[in-house]
Amino acid sequence: MRNIISLISGFIFSLGLIISQMINPEKVQGFLDVFGSWDVSLMFVMGAAVGINLVLFPVIIKRGPCLNDHFTLSLSSKVDLNLLLGSILFGVGWGVSGICPGPALVNLVKFDSKMVLFVSSMFFGMLVFSKQNFFKENI
Amino acid sequence: MSQFVNQLIGGIVIGISSSMMLYFLGRITGISGICANILNLKFKDNDWRIFFILGLILGGFFMKYFNPSYFNFEIKGSAFQMIFAGLLVGFGTRLGSGCTSGRGVCGIPRLSKRSIIATLIFMFSGIVTVTLMRLI
Repeated sequence: MRNIISLISGFIFSLGLIISQMINPEKVQGFLDVFGSWDVSLMFVMGAAVGINLVLFPVIIKRGPCLNDHFTLSLSSKVDLNLLLGSILFGVGWGVSGICPGPALVNLVKFDSKMVLFVSSMFFGMLVFSKQNFFKENI
Repeated sequence: MSQFVNQLIGGIVIGISSSMMLYFLGRITGISGICANILNLKFKDNDWRIFFILGLILGGFFMKYFNPSYFNFEIKGSAFQMIFAGLLVGFGTRLGSGCTSGRGVCGIPRLSKRSIIATLIFMFSGIVTVTLMRLI
């Protein structure tokens, strides 16, 4: 049952990314081009998604998860160097390509070799992180 | 507002999907985390992650088949840019433990301090990057 729900949620999430054009790198870069020809439209995607969750999350958290005996939530509030540095690096990659992880996976259906390059590099970057000891993951 | 209808609908749909994940599985929909854990084959509770990614890709095929105009855009970045950006996105999301979905869509509504700060930083760093690229 959990797997069916995950499949459906992934499917719906994907439709949201596509309809809103979050999957379009040019649109994303236009959204980040605040000091140039700013395309404000993607602000409404984040705004609507956050708005829905702001209403639903507190209700859900009060009622408890339906198919699990506990929530898996990070309760840490420590702002450390990893968080800052990681977010900076991610932002640079996001700006250079206009692609973040969700849209990267959805765009694989374009069968474009550049998307395959992006996704394999992304997984490789994650693998490099898990193999190094200099920075420890902090959740 | 009418020109933003697709964005609003898309955002609502994304919100509903991530609320479903929290309600049924008790999980945050963090796509970078889902990807990274799939790489880690030792991890036991991975089925739901694989099914979520499968759903993402099936959704792509579904829309590409029924409304291909949504995919009418080119990937303009060079191959080098794709590799460079992919590496930074992969490594950076692990180091900062989160991307747009986990930090922005799910973390901000939880009023998590770490998520709000992370979102502000990657937005800022994305804005600086695009601005610099436009200048060069």
